[in-house]
Amino acid sequence: MTAAPTDHTALVVEDLRTHFTVPAGAVKAVDGVSIALDRGKTLGVVGESGSGKTVLARTIMGLNVAGNAMTTGSVKYEGKELVGRSPKEMKALWGTEMAMVFQDPMTSLNPVVKVGRQLTEHVRTHLGVSKAEARSIGTDLLRSVKIPEASERFDVYPHEMSGGMRQRVCIAMALACSPEVLFADEPTTALDVTVQHQILNLLAAQQRDRNMAMILVTHDLGVVAGRTDEIAVMYAGKVVEKAPTATLFSEMRHPYTEALLNSIPQTTKPKHTRLAAITGRPPDLINPPAGCSFAPRCPYARARCHDEEPVLQIAGTSGHQFACHTPVGSPAATEAFEANLAEGLPAALVAAGQDSAPANQQTDWAD
Amino acid sequence: MAGSGTAHLRPTGEALLRVEDLTVEFPVGRNRVVHAVSGISFDIAKGETLGLVGESGCGKSTTGRALIQLPRPTRGQVTLGGEDLSGLDEESMRRLRTQVQMIFQDPISSLNPRRAVGEVVAEPLHVWGPADKEAQWERVSKMLDAVGIDPDTARYKYPHEFSGGQCQRISIARALVLEPDLIICDEPVSALDVSVQAQILNLLEDLKAEYGLTLVFIAHDLAVVKNISDRVAVMYLGKMCEYAESDELYASPAHPYTQLLLESLPVPDPGIDLQTDVTDDGELPSPISPPSGCRFRTRCERADALCAEVEPTMRRVSDDHFVACHHPLVDVHESSVHIPATSEALGGEST
Repeated sequence: MTAAPTDHTALVVEDLRTHFTVPAGAVKAVDGVSIALDRGKTLGVVGESGSGKTVLARTIMGLNVAGNAMTTGSVKYEGKELVGRSPKEMKALWGTEMAMVFQDPMTSLNPVVKVGRQLTEHVRTHLGVSKAEARSIGTDLLRSVKIPEASERFDVYPHEMSGGMRQRVCIAMALACSPEVLFADEPTTALDVTVQHQILNLLAAQQRDRNMAMILVTHDLGVVAGRTDEIAVMYAGKVVEKAPTATLFSEMRHPYTEALLNSIPQTTKPKHTRLAAITGRPPDLINPPAGCSFAPRCPYARARCHDEEPVLQIAGTSGHQFACHTPVGSPAATEAFEANLAEGLPAALVAAGQDSAPANQQTDWAD
Repeated sequence: MAGSGTAHLRPTGEALLRVEDLTVEFPVGRNRVVHAVSGISFDIAKGETLGLVGESGCGKSTTGRALIQLPRPTRGQVTLGGEDLSGLDEESMRRLRTQVQMIFQDPISSLNPRRAVGEVVAEPLHVWGPADKEAQWERVSKMLDAVGIDPDTARYKYPHEFSGGQCQRISIARALVLEPDLIICDEPVSALDVSVQAQILNLLEDLKAEYGLTLVFIAHDLAVVKNISDRVAVMYLGKMCEYAESDELYASPAHPYTQLLLESLPVPDPGIDLQTDVTDDGELPSPISPPSGCRFRTRCERADALCAEVEPTMRRVSDDHFVACHHPLVDVHESSVHIPATSEALGGEST
């Protein structure tokens, strides 16, 4: 499924599965994902909450240490297999080879330890430098992430910084030992739009300067649009569509990708434009539906979609794959959509903008 | 803006809610004061949606809460349907709050985890009647139905059995059950996935049309605000920068801050030209000692000496577009005008 690894490939993930055992069964959080990432490239991983995007990133990094997590498949970093390594073995890679920036900068820093010490803790461990050297490295790092008055900021506690500044510290921390692969898990979700813009620019600049590979995990297609080379769209633990960024937006084939894009409000549309919401909610990952997991919410779903699970197939353009029986834009999809609309399938009505106020309501107390 | 002024207000009597010179300050010890909201004015006509946008800390949530006098504003007037709320005693205020309801950001924590959904939604009715349990349930089930929750299955379930989107629907049902005139939505969709966010936004539009609601919609996401609002007020550090009809605001922002917000908005289009300069942290100055003059001047490219000295007031760009800036991005038609509070003096100036 993945192209043959080349010298430029930093990371190859093959058929990766992470299942969590819970009393009710096994939660199939990541269920057969294959991706490859070249050096210096950015992969966007997009999906709703519960689609498995964060678990995927954590699994690749070996951070799923919970006793109930079962990982199978393969993660090869520079040819070395990572699945099955113990946290102790992984520790040598964390920071120096792969690092992560987490979503919430408020909770990912220790509130009772000064920023500088947190920032240089692993620098001292991995590089074995003295305290004074660590301080100068740390200050340079703070400067590189554009924190003003870096030497003074070295000695403050996290609560003395704003959210944006704390996220800059987290980025500096992740970059401290020059990792080859950076995972950014919703790095800007907790931040204001202006700060988000700055942080994304900062990540992009650092990545370019260091020729790092980056995996940018987000729920926002707007965030990945201009800032990634390739995008993988995840749904219910699986990659449902994967394509170079420009191709994904111009030739999207999977109904979920289309629905995700259409549900975003856009400033270019007039006010009170009805949004094409996605009906229903993501599937139960313990007992996912038979067939395509998106079928119950899909405006193009036909009988076959509910019975037979689609596999990733290659689309026209290079590197474009999708898993769907009735891909967007195909005659089969048009036909299915019209049939569903005629049958009054809610997903089709919503996609066509024909859903109205809950029809069963009276208006006796409106004036 | 960072400015004050009331040029953008419509004649009194035309608006359901009118807010003038609203100021909220919180003492933080050692005689210092957080200037959370400093002299903002706006009005909302019946059936309209007003969007309040701005970064965290700009005072938009405080404004929303001050409207229902929680806490009571330090200064300023809030008039709802002709009644001045600041003059009301606690008991009258308690009665009046049935007309104004709130929907909060975090749907899960805004529902009591130990009470069944049927009870949560019926709670306001326990206070305000009808006393008859059957009649209460009838109202509750109608409301739950209206927000797309099946009343019979939800009645005895607890909030943890529902997803975030469903909990937000339940919160909306609870806000609606007393048949309010005005609903203040404080970031109602920012904790939700985009697909669910779209469902909730559509639901709010439907309910608004159906029940003739007036909404104050507080959010930091400009695209969401644009979609749902008739008019939008942009706030910065406790002040109002720009106030305009929503299509116009997005088509031709007049305030540099509005433009900054719009430029920062991630657009789901890879063809768009991104401004990718790596910049220093554009930090919000402290609301304890806000900058003199225009509060936005420390982050503004157009700022000059005038901005540091004189606070800009609301000026008219067009009939439905006002800006508080000395150097706006579009032509301003007239200089600063303070409108007398009486409607005769206004003529057809604003509608």
